[in-house]
Amino acid sequence: MGKIVIDNNRCKSCYLCTMTCPKGLIKKSAKTNRLGDYMVEFDDKKEECIGCAMCAKRCPDMAIEVYR
Amino acid sequence: MQQVFSIPNSMKKDFKYTFCPGCDHGIAVRLVAELIDEMGLKEKTICSTSIGCSVFLYDFLDVDCIEAPHGRACASATGVKRANPDKFVFTYQGDGDFASIGLAESMHTALRGEKVAAICINNTTYGMTGGQMGPTTIMGQITTTSPAGRNVDYNGYPIKIAEHIALCDGTAFSARVALDTVPHINEAKKALKKAFQVQLDGLGFGFVEILSSCPTNWHMSPEDAHKRVREEMMPVFPLGVFKDITAEVK
Repeated sequence: MGKIVIDNNRCKSCYLCTMTCPKGLIKKSAKTNRLGDYMVEFDDKKEECIGCAMCAKRCPDMAIEVYR
Repeated sequence: MQQVFSIPNSMKKDFKYTFCPGCDHGIAVRLVAELIDEMGLKEKTICSTSIGCSVFLYDFLDVDCIEAPHGRACASATGVKRANPDKFVFTYQGDGDFASIGLAESMHTALRGEKVAAICINNTTYGMTGGQMGPTTIMGQITTTSPAGRNVDYNGYPIKIAEHIALCDGTAFSARVALDTVPHINEAKKALKKAFQVQLDGLGFGFVEILSSCPTNWHMSPEDAHKRVREEMMPVFPLGVFKDITAEVK
């Protein structure tokens, strides 16, 4: 079981993580940041995340911390 | 629960990337920082930086840096390394800096077999100045200075940097990697480690060309830009290791 924490101050809304997560647990959020871009959110209600860190490796801005 | 992925220690405290969304520079800088941490090089690293988007490296990386004139990062690195042979010296350049403006300096650094590592980010355009045609712009690519697409008669062919550097006798390691998918990012890190290691072993010039996206100047979404790296750039710039003298010894 794993978990990620997204730092919305670093995230630039490129959405590369949403396409990288093998389980599709990262989604575009309805909330916007200061610049008006839709943020991303971690949605893992079924606790599927295994902490593979692919999202964090893909993120160009190091906005994701991974715990396992 | 244990933290398995965090920001490398070699990054400056409270840094904030100023790259565009989806730009692969962020990943390249992170890989360099991770390797500096893993190889314990932080205290002895001197970086020679370039002009272009790659110059921002010294705002993010917590190591000593020297700013070289446009294209002359390899020449500055030569001086730094010769004056301080015990230091770890690397350059971080873009394709316009390394292969156009500084091609002579870069090539001759490889020919002299200087014990430095060079990293070249190839995004097929001049990113910082607004997307002009660069030395690696691929055929038919539309840029601000080739609005009808690059054509052979007028503009000639793009340069394949990693292959050219591999032909130099002083080169110990030359590879081309990409950052479009996580497996490729892992391979890129291995190639960078090798390029750093040949310097530490005193074998010669280590070079890694990194295929990167430039969503802003390609006028694409980050997703489409990475697709372009895969579908349009990789056939022109094949990935692989073109020279590795440590492999020949075995």
